[in-house]
Amino acid sequence: MPSVTFRVFRGDKNGGELKDYTVQVEEGMVVLDAIHQIQAEQAPDLACRWNCKAGKCGSCGAEVNGKPTLMCMTRLDTIDTSKPVVVRPMKTFPVIRDLATDVKWNYEANKKIKPFTPAPNTDWIMMQEDVDRVQEFRKCIECFLCQNVCHVLREHEEKTGFIGPRLLVRTASLEMHPLDVENRLEMLKNEGGIGYCNITKCCTEVCPEHIHITDNAIIPLKERVVDEYYDPILSFFRRLFGSKKRLEAAGSAADD
Amino acid sequence: MESYTTHDYDVLVIGAGGAGLRAAIAAIEKGAKVGVVTKSLLGKAHTVMAEGGMAAALGNVRPEDNWKVHFRDTLKGGGMLNNWKMVMNYTKEAPERVRELERWGAVFDRTPDGRINQRNFGGHSYPRLAHVGDRTGLELIRTLQDHAVKLGIHAHMETTIYRLLTDAGRVVGALGFNRQTGEFLVFRTKAVVLATGGLGRIYQITSNSWECTGDGFALASLVGADLIDMEFIQFHPTGMVWPPSVMGILVTEGVRGEGGVLLNNQGKRFMFDNVPERYRGEFAESEEEAERWLKGDRNARRPPELLTRDVVARAIRREVAEGRGSPHGGVFLDIASRRPADYIKKKLPSMYHQFMKLGNLDITKEPMEVGPTCHYVMGGVRVDPDTQATNVPGLYAAGEVAGGLHGANRLGGNSLSDLIVFGNRAGAAAAEYAAQQTGSFQIDEAQVRAYIAEALAPFHNPQGENPFALMKELRSSMQKNAGIMREESELKAQLEILASLKKRAWNTSVSGGRAYNPGWHTALDIRLMVEIAEAVVLAALARKESRGGHARLDYPDPDPNFARINHVIRRASDGSLTVVAEPLPEMPEELRKIAEAKDLKELSEKVGA
Repeated sequence: MPSVTFRVFRGDKNGGELKDYTVQVEEGMVVLDAIHQIQAEQAPDLACRWNCKAGKCGSCGAEVNGKPTLMCMTRLDTIDTSKPVVVRPMKTFPVIRDLATDVKWNYEANKKIKPFTPAPNTDWIMMQEDVDRVQEFRKCIECFLCQNVCHVLREHEEKTGFIGPRLLVRTASLEMHPLDVENRLEMLKNEGGIGYCNITKCCTEVCPEHIHITDNAIIPLKERVVDEYYDPILSFFRRLFGSKKRLEAAGSAADD
Repeated sequence: MESYTTHDYDVLVIGAGGAGLRAAIAAIEKGAKVGVVTKSLLGKAHTVMAEGGMAAALGNVRPEDNWKVHFRDTLKGGGMLNNWKMVMNYTKEAPERVRELERWGAVFDRTPDGRINQRNFGGHSYPRLAHVGDRTGLELIRTLQDHAVKLGIHAHMETTIYRLLTDAGRVVGALGFNRQTGEFLVFRTKAVVLATGGLGRIYQITSNSWECTGDGFALASLVGADLIDMEFIQFHPTGMVWPPSVMGILVTEGVRGEGGVLLNNQGKRFMFDNVPERYRGEFAESEEEAERWLKGDRNARRPPELLTRDVVARAIRREVAEGRGSPHGGVFLDIASRRPADYIKKKLPSMYHQFMKLGNLDITKEPMEVGPTCHYVMGGVRVDPDTQATNVPGLYAAGEVAGGLHGANRLGGNSLSDLIVFGNRAGAAAAEYAAQQTGSFQIDEAQVRAYIAEALAPFHNPQGENPFALMKELRSSMQKNAGIMREESELKAQLEILASLKKRAWNTSVSGGRAYNPGWHTALDIRLMVEIAEAVVLAALARKESRGGHARLDYPDPDPNFARINHVIRRASDGSLTVVAEPLPEMPEELRKIAEAKDLKELSEKVGA
């Protein structure tokens, strides 16, 4: 069995260093297997977060050779193992210890999003083609890799006025739900900070669920915000007749 | 002296998977102050891995379906050992609980007329599983998580419960620690709902995540709660077998539900030769008939790949044992030749992704290799079928940690709806119980101090054993001696191994600090895991027959004497476990008629189902 060197961050919020560990690898191994092997045999206190080991829970995000990824889905035969493999925690969030980061900011920011609010007296009939888009957004496993790479959150440390791609996707999943009647555009414009996003698509590239975050979620939401707040003609009609979404919802409720 | 912080709740829910979140929601709705403890982050519990769907007789695809048919299917699949009243409550309530999820924002796959779609699964007479592709568990947990957040849930994330605390025989709290910091927490509470999931991690090959260490069974048993039917462990027929690092990861039954077939290395669909007596006549008898069923012919019977999981898992094991297996010790599961690539990607997207990424295999072009993997425990903490109360006042259990609903074998899809039906019942009952409690609850301070000291002992034991090595020993020995096929000599040998492991579990050594230290966490997990492994082995020794998820090489057939009993695993005052055989609760006559109907025709004629 060939051996590979892993250069793993060891430390906490006060700092730390990269330490080398040698791992015997076998066919099909992923990065998380190597981390577990180090834990079991060399460094039992090496902290890393994981659950399902099958790309379904989104717990084991880290930066492998600088690339943000789920460790459980990164096979060693897809990376260069002739040199030491560098494994660091996600940069955007404070380190708890080693590879485990404190992601609770995401759970707090999520509370800004108004919950699902169905139209009253709906008959709950929804056609598949009308929920395909929402289902795409609901594939999100909350690995927060998109939040990690988003430069607004990563480099500018802007975490109070911007909710980041994950939560924009969640907002989109509610806004585009065929039966939802809540309006989240004001939140998006203000504390959601959708204007900060300048659609560089880093989030889309890193998404392990291949959600088209930028094209399907963020850009349509940006358009809605622009229509709502910056289009003078539409804005005039809306003041006269109420928003399109509310009219549609009232119409479908009346059809019962 | 070691300090700790104290939190006060009316109801403490341990676990934040489907059952825990649903229990929390129910208890909050009853006005209780609720705390939820979870070993992981919110939304990451093992429920997230559930794939195929949740069974509920909605009748959206086949209007003939109703709770009675689901009742019969569930009992039949469970070898008739299920608690009939739990099955009745479950099958009657499941449809409403599923519709409720939709009202809370879940977006299920749709029928052509825009309602919740339902798919076929093993042991279900009709397409019955509400689903979202093959990521139904994610949909369930996210919906419950969002709804619980809306109601203002208070979650203690990455927190492990070490022991339950009692006062005068009733549960009054729990001692735990924050995994991120290593700080201890005392929860003072009037009621506890255990929703800690399963125990798959006591086996080497399992579909279960690290969390499924059987905490709840052990926590309950250690304060005197009875366990039931712990010998019944479900080995899911289709786990990945290659490459080695992914061995055991689940391949959803949905693959077979969507038409996938099992083949041995001679290309033969061996399930046609493996239809047990009790299912004879209910399954297709030729490939031609199975083919018609797949194309939607309602006169054709279901393909035998959709037999119950216990039957399919043992058939696969036999093919492999007799030399007809695939190159890596499994059999072939083929969907590529049955369905177009686009359909497979739409209906089974995570399977496509999982095999592509982890196995370098395109399931739309090639067959998968699969074999049995420890997936679920049917047994669990014994509960009241209406309230989910245990025999210890103040202690409730719901979801996989509770026993009784599934009997000797669980049908696929019956778990997710179990979580929401009985999570709801447990949360409501615990809140009602808490509201009735008056007087003061005493936390035994000295007991708390003693528990904290023993939990920290591995830090001061430099000569102790490596907890990871101990864990490996436990898991490989259980796999070998108490796995899918069992016999007396091996089970007895395993009891001796466990006796030794039980001692060694208290002599581990850990290095480093208390903040986020997996070595320490493993050292504490193993203490509970050995307790629960012992309960499984003792019950397995006592059941001298083969039924459902318990198969004995030395007693290969079902025994009518064992058909009438449950095994209760009870802790004596000296701490030892005993197995007591108890007769099944008496089923009312009209339900017996449903359960024992020969086929669907008789069911509809005799009881109007």
